[in-house]
Amino acid sequence: MNDETKFMLKKLIFYTFIFTVVAWIVIPIIISTLYGFALPRDYYDPKKILPTSFTIKYVKTLLFTLGALDGIKNSVIVALITITISFALGIPAGYAVAKFLFPGKDTIKLSIVALRMFPIPVMAIPLVVLYIKLNLIDTLLGVALAHTAMALPFVVLITSSIFAGVSTELEEAGMVFGLTRFGSFFRITLPLALPGLAAAAMFTFVMSWNEVFVASILTLSHRTLPAQILSIMAGASGGAAPDYYKFAAAFIMILPAITFIFFARKYLVTMWGITLK
Amino acid sequence: MVEVRLENLKKYFDNGRVKAVDGVNLTIKDGEFLVLLGPSGCGKTTTLRMIAGLETPTGGKIWFEDKDVTYLPPKDRNISMVFQSYAVWPHMTVYDNIAFPLKIKKYPKEEIDKKVRWAAELLQIEELLDRYPAQLSGGQRQRVAVARAIVVEPNVLLMDEPLSNLDAKLRVAMRAEIKKLQTKLKVTTIYVTHDQVEAMTMGDRIAVMNQGKLLQVGPPTEVYLKPKSIFVATFIGAPEMNLLEVSVKEKEDSITLEGEGFEIPLSSDFKELLEKYIDKTVVFGIRPEHMTIESVSSLEHVKRSTTIEGIVDFIEALGTDTIVHANIGSGNIIKVKLPGHIPLEVGSKVKIVVDLDNIHIFDKNTEKAII
Amino acid sequence: MKVKSSYIPYFLILPAFAYLLFFVGYPLVQALYIAFTQNGQFSLATVRKTFADPYFWDALKYTIALAGVIVPTQVGLALILALTVNRAFKGKDFTIYALTIPLTISDVAAGLIWYAILSPSGFLNKLLLNIGLIHQPIYFFGYQYRHMEFLAIVLAELWRATSIVFVIILAGLQMISNEYLEAAEVFGADYWTRLRKIVIPLLKPSIQSALIIRTLFAMQIFGIVWILAGRDIPILAGEGFYRLTELKEYDVASIYALVIAGLSILLGALYIKFMKAEYLEVRR
Ligand SMILES: Nc1ncnc2c1ncn2[C@@H]1O[C@H](COP(=O)(O)OP(=O)(O)OP(=O)(O)O)[C@@H](O)[C@H]1O
Ligand SMILES: [Mg+2]
Repeated sequence: MNDETKFMLKKLIFYTFIFTVVAWIVIPIIISTLYGFALPRDYYDPKKILPTSFTIKYVKTLLFTLGALDGIKNSVIVALITITISFALGIPAGYAVAKFLFPGKDTIKLSIVALRMFPIPVMAIPLVVLYIKLNLIDTLLGVALAHTAMALPFVVLITSSIFAGVSTELEEAGMVFGLTRFGSFFRITLPLALPGLAAAAMFTFVMSWNEVFVASILTLSHRTLPAQILSIMAGASGGAAPDYYKFAAAFIMILPAITFIFFARKYLVTMWGITLK
Repeated sequence: MVEVRLENLKKYFDNGRVKAVDGVNLTIKDGEFLVLLGPSGCGKTTTLRMIAGLETPTGGKIWFEDKDVTYLPPKDRNISMVFQSYAVWPHMTVYDNIAFPLKIKKYPKEEIDKKVRWAAELLQIEELLDRYPAQLSGGQRQRVAVARAIVVEPNVLLMDEPLSNLDAKLRVAMRAEIKKLQTKLKVTTIYVTHDQVEAMTMGDRIAVMNQGKLLQVGPPTEVYLKPKSIFVATFIGAPEMNLLEVSVKEKEDSITLEGEGFEIPLSSDFKELLEKYIDKTVVFGIRPEHMTIESVSSLEHVKRSTTIEGIVDFIEALGTDTIVHANIGSGNIIKVKLPGHIPLEVGSKVKIVVDLDNIHIFDKNTEKAII
Repeated sequence: MKVKSSYIPYFLILPAFAYLLFFVGYPLVQALYIAFTQNGQFSLATVRKTFADPYFWDALKYTIALAGVIVPTQVGLALILALTVNRAFKGKDFTIYALTIPLTISDVAAGLIWYAILSPSGFLNKLLLNIGLIHQPIYFFGYQYRHMEFLAIVLAELWRATSIVFVIILAGLQMISNEYLEAAEVFGADYWTRLRKIVIPLLKPSIQSALIIRTLFAMQIFGIVWILAGRDIPILAGEGFYRLTELKEYDVASIYALVIAGLSILLGALYIKFMKAEYLEVRR
């Protein structure tokens, strides 16, 4: 009986801890979402901890009047360009790292890891000068090019581990049965690696979608969503927007990212484990 | 140092769908070397893990002497174990791996050093003490695991196929070393293996398991000579015991086993034993080494024998032994193991002499031994 | 079997490598040039100007202070979380998913979300007022409440970025074979000994990557501070941003960029030097 009580008590403490932690993560999201749709009188009513009447007015204003919709459009374009370029450059490199033995491989791998650590966002400051010369300033392509530099090391490392997980023997079997090395890659390795690559693409998307520093520095009128929101909500230029707009903005920003990661959640832990080896 | 008693021990996985261990009753005497033998997946590792405390039994009890340890955590059992996959810690040098159990038990430094070196020497890994496991071969890692297990004097020593990855020569040497050590320390040992030679040569007793159940426990020779079931009979011994389906016929005052296309006459003293089975089908078993071929070699010390005729079908020359496959009628093949090189031709007629003191007869339905 | 081939792998890697080198190398050179020249001549004028600005030293101080508070706390928290979650229990999958949600949330959004909790009419204040624990709202924002702003940033950043440390450490934990722990248990080690002698040493590479990544990102901290405190709490990236976008001072902004880059390189090198996992390196 004594042991049993102890066991039950331990279990109770364990679940209380888990519950607290989950609540700590989830409650702020729920609260800010509720506030994003709350009427100001509910929000400013000190008696109402949770709002009871709702409106989509502020989300709407943010989207249509304050340019968040354009921001979303721009963000999607930037993210898609980023995925395209970083995958076009990153997949071959990742494949080479996974499947070839060559002198200098370890050095190259290590320098890619090191480049991943480099503060590319801050490097956007000197980039402005170049972009002005090249007429890339205030263009979505310019932002995407910088985002690619940020995402590329990640894509190389992750694709290399995905390809390393696809047995070389399968590919060799393809070659034995008459495919070229290239054909074998496209017909055998790539399809097998596809789910992993799809997840990697989602991560790249989220990375670009969330990035604010580069986007704010390199654009002025063609802003991505976070840059647009940052300029509305904070900083010397925008001044402070009313609070309820802030919550509506948070909602607009997190919804796509959370949805995306929900679909890629299976890969979450393994993927991070891999890229950091 | 302690007697280990397993009482109706059970372990089910996946809500009872997998019965890994299914009601094992076994007493391992103080200081005994018990070998647990059985095919892959029969529950050997699971049994060992329950004795270690790494797995909670679904049912039954485990006793160390008079103490019920069924739910005692491993650290309180004073046991030692060689894991099947070694579990040598990758972040510690070989030295630190072997020293770990001693450090936990707070031995003084000099004594730790002395013991580690002693164990390393015994297992021939002295030169490896400063290395990390990643720099070792599988066999070397296994020896580290054994060294780590024997360096302390535990109540019970559990070894899960500790020699499986060594080359033949080292394995023979290690067998002897482990056995000697165990005899000297008198530590109660449970030793899991697939290897019959290991089982036969090392164990004070052998326990044969299959599908989570204990089939037979006894000294090696007893298990070998008097298997209680077809499973035990065929699992131990290589090449396998010959099995033939026959029916028991009474002829005048003697007994004959009639198979398809062959007959094995038995002497009259079998009549009493087989009385209940007259005119019924049974399984006849004979080990290849308990037969010989007339004119080629003779069985020594044979008191009672009988003869079957056959035609040589195939010959396996193993160097030290020769295994003759003989067709004794209607395609029934019987294997005979003979020492040395045997100059026989495929197709020649032979007379096979059967040692009647070593024949086995099993019930066809229960597969239990009658003789 | 891996394929030995002379030039194909280099050919495959070259584009990505060249791209990265350009995007790191060019801005670096450009920054050095802008920062250390005036009218085509070498000059320390910009450096002097920047160093004379109290905002610079504040920014350096706050950036390091934030990192110093946030990163160790995050690693500690994440370690506890990962150790707690890494066992079989009901609701494990959901718990892990919930704990990883902030991974997907940008610093800007995290700032806004925490504003909803901490603002004068926010959830926390209303909750505490209504249950009677306080009678005046707690003010987290505004220049006169800078220490509270600092706290708000720490809270929001812990909320947002502990996830990534958690995931890294959990991935590391999952790679530790259970047998290593069982072996230690068999040889008499209790929970704390196992943690100290087996788990933590084996986790060292994961903890190291988490520390490096988090520290380096902490040097670049921007969005969350910008949303919650603006320039009340100056930080390096924020000052660089302000100098560039508001004042168009490319030279000063470049110095900020260089300082962040320099700090990152220094810290990265330090970590690698002092946290070697010996047993991993001697392999082969
Ligand atoms: N954790 C587990 N979950 C589910 N089934 C298990 C588990 N551990 C063991 N089993 C099952 O229990 C049975 C016995 O396993 P055990 O490892 O004891 O076999 P073994 O006799 O040691 O085999 P081997 O000689 O191959 O090591 C097997 O069918 C195995 O699949
Ligand atoms: Mg086993």
